Amino acid sequence: MTAKIAYGDVEVGTELPARSFPVNRATLVRYAGASGDFNPIHWNEKFAKEVGLPDVIAHGMFTMAEAVRVVTDWIGDPGAVVDYGVRFTKPVVVPNDDQGAVIEVTGKVGAKLDDNTVRVDLTVTSGGLKVLGMSRAVVRLA
Amino acid sequence: MALDQSFVGRTYPPTDPYEVGREKIREFAEAVGDANPAYTDPEAAKALGYADVIAPPTFVFSITFKAAGQVVQDPRLGLDYSRVVHGDQKFAYRRPVRAGDRLTVTSTIEAVKSMAGNDILDIRGEVHDESGEHVVTAWTKLVARAAEPAESVDATDGKA
Repeated sequence: MTAKIAYGDVEVGTELPARSFPVNRATLVRYAGASGDFNPIHWNEKFAKEVGLPDVIAHGMFTMAEAVRVVTDWIGDPGAVVDYGVRFTKPVVVPNDDQGAVIEVTGKVGAKLDDNTVRVDLTVTSGGLKVLGMSRAVVRLA
Repeated sequence: MALDQSFVGRTYPPTDPYEVGREKIREFAEAVGDANPAYTDPEAAKALGYADVIAPPTFVFSITFKAAGQVVQDPRLGLDYSRVVHGDQKFAYRRPVRAGDRLTVTSTIEAVKSMAGNDILDIRGEVHDESGEHVVTAWTKLVARAAEPAESVDATDGKA
């Protein structure tokens, strides 16, 4: 593993470059195919509303995949992720229009740990609402 | 409906091996819009010290969740799968998943709880490679919502 960020160069509070990830209906269809999760709440508006959702929602695992990109883009080596966990708190609602939705991700170093590892705390929102809670990754730095 | 508490600690037999392919990793990376060359270019992966392209961190969920299916669909457990949402997800990696891996998953029920009418199920999936080495552990919390949704449960991601 060869992370491009050195342990000695970061401190608690170091901010990672923030990212915005657009998501529309085509994104969800593509993710359904790649992941094998064909739950119709992620592509069928009629079905989503019948089960009480406001509209089609993104796969939680899609949001989880996007959020960790702030970490893997920062360190360069995705294999340096040691530990990654989230809580799904709110859905990312994806309307059928030109805009879709946007997942906003910020991250900062929450703790420096043993063995050149740090904990990155992620904040993940869409439409101003926090969509993931307890979103944390432990990564091994150089 | 309360779940059968006697299922806590139960471990299911390992799944048949899942062979990780380069093109499946590429398809997944493209689906999440991630252009990191370690996912698609074997030379870039080698430069990072890996024998072949590696998979994005959440790729393995497709494999562990399929394995968890034998747990959640076990009729003896009594889970109402039509009301299941994904509550939490966590991974602990020994090493990244890479192309060429033949992975098996061993699922264990870690906890069975009822809170405010919701049934909560914690499943741990241990992923091993062909040589028996541990690769990654996935913890999945599933919540079967009560008929009247409780305020405390916001998880709304459907089956996964």
